[in-house]
Amino acid sequence: MSRISDWAMLGATSSQALNMLASLRRRLREIFVRWALRVRPPEAAPIILTQRRVYVLPTRAGLAYGMALLIILLGAMNYNLSLGHALVFLLAGLGIVAILHTFRNLVLVSIRPGRCEPVFAGGEAQFDLVLENQRPDPRTSLRLFFEDDVPVEVDIGRRAATVATLTVPAARRGWLAMPRVTIETTWPLGLIRAWSYAVPDLNCLVYPEPAAKAPPLPWSGDSARGSTRDGRGVDDFSGLRNHQVADPPRHVAWKAVARQQDGPLLTKLFSGASAQQLWLDWNSLPEALDVERRLSILARWMLDADAAGLAWGLHLPGVRLPPDSGPAQLSSGLRALALHDHGTH
Amino acid sequence: MARINRPVSRRQAWWLLATALAAGLPLTPQLPLWLSLAAAAAFCWRAALTLRQWRLPPRWLMFVLVIAGTAGVFLQYRTIFGRTPGISLLVVFLALKLLELRAARDAMATALLCYFLVLGQFLFTQTIPTALLACLTVLITTANLLAASDDRPNPLQQLRRAGLMLAQALPFMLLLFVLFPRIQGPLWGIPQDRFAAVSGLSDTMSPGSIAQLSQSDAIAFRVQFKGTVPQQSQLYWRGPVMPAFDGRSWRVAQTLGAYPEVPYRGLGTLVDYEVTLEPHGKFWLFALELPATLPPDSALTSDYQPIAREAVRNRLRYNQRAWPEAIAGVDEAPGALRDALALPKQGNPRIRAISAGWQARHGNDGAAILAAAEALFSQQLLIYTLNPPLLGADMVDEFLFDSRRGFCEHFATAFVFALRAAGVPARVVAGYQGGEVNPVDGYLVVRQYDAHAWAEAWIAGRGWVRIDPTAISAPSRINNNLANAVPSGEELPFLARGDLAWLRELRYRLDAVTNGWNQWVLGYNPQRQRDLLASLGLNEPDWRSMTAVLSVLCGMVMLGLTAWILRNRLRVDPSLAAWRRFTARLAKRGVAWQTWEGPLAFAERAAKQMPVHAEAIAEIASLYARLRYAPGPRASEFEQLKAKIAAFKP
Repeated sequence: MSRISDWAMLGATSSQALNMLASLRRRLREIFVRWALRVRPPEAAPIILTQRRVYVLPTRAGLAYGMALLIILLGAMNYNLSLGHALVFLLAGLGIVAILHTFRNLVLVSIRPGRCEPVFAGGEAQFDLVLENQRPDPRTSLRLFFEDDVPVEVDIGRRAATVATLTVPAARRGWLAMPRVTIETTWPLGLIRAWSYAVPDLNCLVYPEPAAKAPPLPWSGDSARGSTRDGRGVDDFSGLRNHQVADPPRHVAWKAVARQQDGPLLTKLFSGASAQQLWLDWNSLPEALDVERRLSILARWMLDADAAGLAWGLHLPGVRLPPDSGPAQLSSGLRALALHDHGTH
Repeated sequence: MARINRPVSRRQAWWLLATALAAGLPLTPQLPLWLSLAAAAAFCWRAALTLRQWRLPPRWLMFVLVIAGTAGVFLQYRTIFGRTPGISLLVVFLALKLLELRAARDAMATALLCYFLVLGQFLFTQTIPTALLACLTVLITTANLLAASDDRPNPLQQLRRAGLMLAQALPFMLLLFVLFPRIQGPLWGIPQDRFAAVSGLSDTMSPGSIAQLSQSDAIAFRVQFKGTVPQQSQLYWRGPVMPAFDGRSWRVAQTLGAYPEVPYRGLGTLVDYEVTLEPHGKFWLFALELPATLPPDSALTSDYQPIAREAVRNRLRYNQRAWPEAIAGVDEAPGALRDALALPKQGNPRIRAISAGWQARHGNDGAAILAAAEALFSQQLLIYTLNPPLLGADMVDEFLFDSRRGFCEHFATAFVFALRAAGVPARVVAGYQGGEVNPVDGYLVVRQYDAHAWAEAWIAGRGWVRIDPTAISAPSRINNNLANAVPSGEELPFLARGDLAWLRELRYRLDAVTNGWNQWVLGYNPQRQRDLLASLGLNEPDWRSMTAVLSVLCGMVMLGLTAWILRNRLRVDPSLAAWRRFTARLAKRGVAWQTWEGPLAFAERAAKQMPVHAEAIAEIASLYARLRYAPGPRASEFEQLKAKIAAFKP
């Protein structure tokens, strides 16, 4: 019995040791990358991969190639094959030339941060990097990836630029900084890998995830009227349009509908943004809900209101967005939600 | 490292097939027929898989095929080790690898297999055509590796890029080839079959064995004389000496004493020469009679035959000297003389009777008996021919008195027999006689068809004396060559024929090229490396100094290539550099230039903060803006900008 427990202990310690080894490896790699980056991230654009920050080592295939050359060399020595020597030396030269070509393929690429559209939490943040090649010949098969992620492969034409889009799952709302990106290439022979690290200054705004189930739009009398606070003229009738589900029932042009039998329901439109004001108010949501839940309900309301073409205003603690409609309003509203309580921007 | 293992694309599959073909085709003469056919079938299968996009064969089938291929090789050779079986196995693996291409990394495995096959090819031949073929294989294999990385360029582009990379690898190859410290192999055992098919003299000689050699125009060795080339009739290249006779064939002595130094004195001027011996798998080294010095790592047998310490398995080069005349073996050991008199008890009664008559007449006078024997041979009007009739049990009698037709081994056998029967110690010497000077490079080329056998008799007071009984009947064999000696119409090796002058000329040239290749490429061994480096001023080169020189030179090539490869790195516009100096000075004064700021806007801002320098700042900014953004080069304005910035001291 004691033997079994000994074994179990041994197993435990060995797995512990493995874990320690793995963490040590990770830490060493982190130290190397920090040293290799040389610049305190994020880096100013454009990031130029100078020769001092491009690293070169053989790939697994390259190691196999080296082993094969060694075996061929031993064979050539044993049998005194002069041409065997020549073969090994030619292939060794090819290996050296491959180092230079691979290095050249990566060195002096310049990286600029590109666009980064905001996304909802739970989606994928897409970071665009503009890779620029000032050389008169193309660069082939550059792979970009975040740590342990699936790489994106791009080519850059002669004196041209290419956009590489890297995606990261956006888990939480707020600013998502672009993680450190590794850019590597094994072109042309796959024997040698040249790589470099970069941390471009690129941030993705992550909106709160819209709640799947949300209460209906908060048409309370107060919020719907709201106009009094604006102090502007109210309810100047300006026209009719087809009724949409989200339109308040009070704005249905019943008289017009009555005039045209079988016709669609029509909604009265009123001039002035204040006309159909809808206030999405943080405080209108129950205190019992946690912050993220409230924000995601507000996000859902914004999307619904925007889809309905309504004008709406936002009331958050410390933020007040006057009522408006359209994409600009939507993005500033979502942005306010995203950055709620973040202390930045 | 991000690992991606893409499946093999169609184009890559074609490249892999081409690579395998390029590596496999040159080996077909060495492989058993069934294996060539099986490999061809596998290649066709691969082509069909690629064309029709069929599914790959299942793993169990591959397993069965691997077992079957290995078993086939084993059944063929009864082993899977050694040269041909090993290469056959590699071919089996290569063919099967093609059938299970799954990921791009299989391209690398295939390429490595192909490199091994190229090396395998060199085990069989290392001629110039082989080398060219190997270059082609390496080119295609490299293109295959390129295609594994990026399969979009068309085949021609891939080949061109592969060629470019190999061309860039060439300087490294040359440096490494010349300077990489060479080690004389073998490092471990060499398979027995390495020299299976080498032709040359053997340690026995029976009727027909040298005649058979005379059908081969393979080169036995090449000789470069330091002085003038001796006369053709002097060119006796001593090979194995055969004192033992069993009535039909001659054999070398079973036990031999060996001298570390030459045990005789020479007469006349020394002949100085260098032999480049083709590998023949035996121990003996050929030397012009009689050797005056010994090559390194060799000894002289008690019958004056230089032998190497190890069998000659590689092309061997050695310097030697020879005495055209020498008095050797005057006080020969009685045992050796006894051996040189031994004859079978029975057989050849006619020549025995004649010899007994000579002995009765001349007693112990060896010289007189020798003269009598020579007289007999010239009297018999013997015919020198490549196609002697078959002889029975009394071969000496039949040759001398019945058929009278024979090749040099018949002449030598009969002559030595006659002398021994008359009580004169004698023995057969095999070797080569003559050779042909290549006018292109001056080397004397000795081919297998120059193989010859002659006799040596021991005469009291004179020691061992060479007599060539062939020369008595066919002097042109010795003074000219084989073609002149044999009756016309007899089949000769192609190169031994004298007609077709242009062909001869072409052959000389080809042979000179081959010789240069052998001397400088194939024969580049530790010795030659030391000589070459010494002649380049690297005295007493050892592996350390060689490695040092090698590293320095490789580093230089590397730097050169790097410079070439990085030749168009980003060049900063000189006016921008000047502008940066200018803004750095302003930044020290608290006016920092923002990279997004245009020069003129910045100048305005800076001028406001430093009204004293407003004019200078504005001038510099407008100059810079013109230089950088207006079209056309303006050298004078650039000078102006530089001067102004240099003078600007805020």
